[in-house]
Amino acid sequence: MAKVPMPKEKWSGAITSAALGDGSVRIGGAKGMPFLAFEDPDMPRPLLAGEVVDDLEDFPPIVLDFFGEDAEDPAAWAQRWKEMGADLVCLRLLSTDPDRRDRSPEEAAAVARSVADATGMPLIVYGCGLPEKDAAVMEAVSAALAGHRSILAYVEEDSYKRISSAAIANKHAVLAFSNLDINLAKQMNILLSDFGVQREDIVMDPLMAPLGMGLEYSYSVNERIRLAALNGDRMLQVPMVCDASQAWQVRDCAEEEEGLGDPVERSAWWEFGTALAALLSGADMLIVRGPYAMQLIKEAIDDLGGGA
Amino acid sequence: MPTAIEYFKFLPKTNCGECGHPTCLAFAMQLANQKASVEECPYVDEEAKRTLQESSAPPVRGVTVGAGEGSFRMGEETVLYRHERRFVNPTAYAVAIPDVLPAEQLKALAQSYLDMSFERVGMTFDIDMFAVFNASGDAERLRSAAVALDGMCSKPLMLIGAGAEDLRPAAEALQASRPLLYGADKGSISSMAALAAELGLPLALRDGSLEGMAELVEAARGQGAEDLVLDLGSDSMRHVLERNTVARKASLKRSFKGLGYPLMNLVGSGEEAMKLAMLSTMKYGSLVVFDSLEPQQALPLMTLRQNIYTDPQVPIQVKQGLYPINGPGEDSPLLFTTNFSLTYFTVRADIEKSRIPVWLQVVDTEGLSVLTAYAANKFGHEHVAAAFEASSALESTSGPVVAPGMVAKMSGKLEEAVGRKVLVGPMESGSLPKFLKNLGV
Ligand code: B12
Ligand code: SF4
Repeated sequence: MAKVPMPKEKWSGAITSAALGDGSVRIGGAKGMPFLAFEDPDMPRPLLAGEVVDDLEDFPPIVLDFFGEDAEDPAAWAQRWKEMGADLVCLRLLSTDPDRRDRSPEEAAAVARSVADATGMPLIVYGCGLPEKDAAVMEAVSAALAGHRSILAYVEEDSYKRISSAAIANKHAVLAFSNLDINLAKQMNILLSDFGVQREDIVMDPLMAPLGMGLEYSYSVNERIRLAALNGDRMLQVPMVCDASQAWQVRDCAEEEEGLGDPVERSAWWEFGTALAALLSGADMLIVRGPYAMQLIKEAIDDLGGGA
Repeated sequence: MPTAIEYFKFLPKTNCGECGHPTCLAFAMQLANQKASVEECPYVDEEAKRTLQESSAPPVRGVTVGAGEGSFRMGEETVLYRHERRFVNPTAYAVAIPDVLPAEQLKALAQSYLDMSFERVGMTFDIDMFAVFNASGDAERLRSAAVALDGMCSKPLMLIGAGAEDLRPAAEALQASRPLLYGADKGSISSMAALAAELGLPLALRDGSLEGMAELVEAARGQGAEDLVLDLGSDSMRHVLERNTVARKASLKRSFKGLGYPLMNLVGSGEEAMKLAMLSTMKYGSLVVFDSLEPQQALPLMTLRQNIYTDPQVPIQVKQGLYPINGPGEDSPLLFTTNFSLTYFTVRADIEKSRIPVWLQVVDTEGLSVLTAYAANKFGHEHVAAAFEASSALESTSGPVVAPGMVAKMSGKLEEAVGRKVLVGPMESGSLPKFLKNLGV
């Protein structure tokens, strides 16, 4: 018999594992490169967050058609994700944007609470993307979700203090955003640690550029982050969140165009391709927009033996 | 690659100097640096030479299928992660065509795949290969189907049959086109490898276990078949990931020769096929064979391949310059954008759609997109003004300048710098047709 050498790595580091929600959901904990059971026999299952928005302007009709009336009510929408096997809800409070409905932080926090109450799932909550408003919104959300450990998204190099304090106050985690660069990712985690955020309370988003729009950068940045973490770089040993919903930004994802085939199926593969690249390069959690993509990603994680 | 010490072991250590190097060790070091050849020492015996040559062969053998225009190469990868170095030979995609189809249908099916082609970032994406499948069990039928397909296009063929005798007529007829023969297993290895060696054709081996495969490889090589492609099975994503990873790592990191060949997967059709194909594309697959493939699947898949196989160090870019689109005149609007291929081709396609004549000034931003370049200080008003200057855009045109909506901030400064009205265009070039129509030029 030819003896094939088993090229098993001896990693010196592991990804932190942190509890979310009521404690029944855990993020992180990987001890080897993704889905290699021979490196990490009890590899954790990556988490899936179903995306819910509270303002439907400019949202893809393919997704709205699927959720129908439930898309009008974040709690109902989140419930649908739960039935489809999501582990978390990704709630984007777009309505807080002054150019949209300029909802107050309190109103927005009430929406977050209603989603948590309806589903019992942990949340990852985003504001509208304007740092000042987001800080106020996250303070309210943090209080409204006290006792229901969630992830406050997101903090950046030049605006992290208010949201981090809000997270610390109610024992939530923060999402540390950095821009497609391993050194920036590390620097962000150091900054948060120095500010007093515990490592178990940090998850990072190194920016997953979607298929056809920079995926090649993210795939390698993620791999480098994960390899460095497993090789012992403590400041990179925090779970990684990748936002596959960005696939919908890419023109060819869902446009109707002769010769490109059915847009419903195409958009699912576009998001799936983004998601699979994220998973294979080290994502511990994905944000997913399309229901068909969610089903495909779940099946792929099962087939890859994630959590088995 | 053997190290200096490994070479040294095979040298007589007499330091006679006949190789032109003062000592055996000095010679060994030159060998390890690929600056000398073992042949230069007259005292290394044949047996040792073979061992050394074998261990200095590339860790993953390069295999060519097809001949001429449509031919492609597989393998030759030297790294596990693409940040270390660019992946070399992109995954090829083949679709199966059963030989039982009547001639007309066979051609129509093949043609439908040839027509499935996409333009993206200035590149053409299409199918690489046809896999003619001996569904009839009749060797003659396989031959005529293969000959018909070979006559239709320059794509290489793969010939799939149960045994050497089923493949022989087709393989002989197409020998000059260098088809890939599929697939030798434990039972058929000896006759298949003999056929491949006789005709000098590449051969695919299939075995679901790594050890079993290493044995097949040894057997094939024993018969003189060297150009091998390995099918380690496609029963689940987990197995594909694990087996491909172990095979590739064993070859690259442990200098194990028995699995140092391009890897392939037969994935079937539908959702399972797409999941496996995307996985194989990212994780060391050189060839993926589908039973069928639809455009809504092919485009995302081929985009993924393009992404994974680009050089991580160099973004794909176009030349700085002034590009006429839709036949502009002197007073047509003067738009500008970056030289990142993705940006340029997206914007260009949108302008073409509008049918409105414009000038498009491409600014060299070292291949960065609009916002990335702006954030990196490579796409400021001064860069745009310099690009206008270099192409004499302002002298040869008189229409309004239109800036990308994402860099609206620069419009004031740019207006000062160039002394001409600067309009802010839409954020997304997709809205350019409407914007240009409203300009009424
Ligand atoms: C991939 C990517 C990268 C890649 C580079 C890709 C490349 N070759 O450009 C890498 C990893 C190298 C990178 C690096 C950086 N990036 Co970057 N990157 C991205 C990402 C994910 C996608 C960019 C892309 O490909 N877009 C697609 C192209 C087609 O878009 P586009 O060029 O803008 O073109 C569109 C429009 O502008 C418009 N348009 C274009 N031309 C014209 C012309 C006219 C006339 C009109 C009307 C319209 C128009 O139509 C086009 C189609 O819609 C974006 C985030 C995102 N999802 O957008 C961040 C992003 C652009 N990056 C960003 C930043 C900050 C950086 C860095 C500075 C980070 C850092 N600190 O290191 C560096 C800078 C680079 C450097 N120093 O070398 C920020 C920019 C923030 C800002 N608002 O200014 C973004 C938005 C991410 C974020 N949310 O923070 N990045
Ligand atoms: S010719 Fe051979 S034996 Fe003589 S010094 Fe060179 S390596 Fe050594």
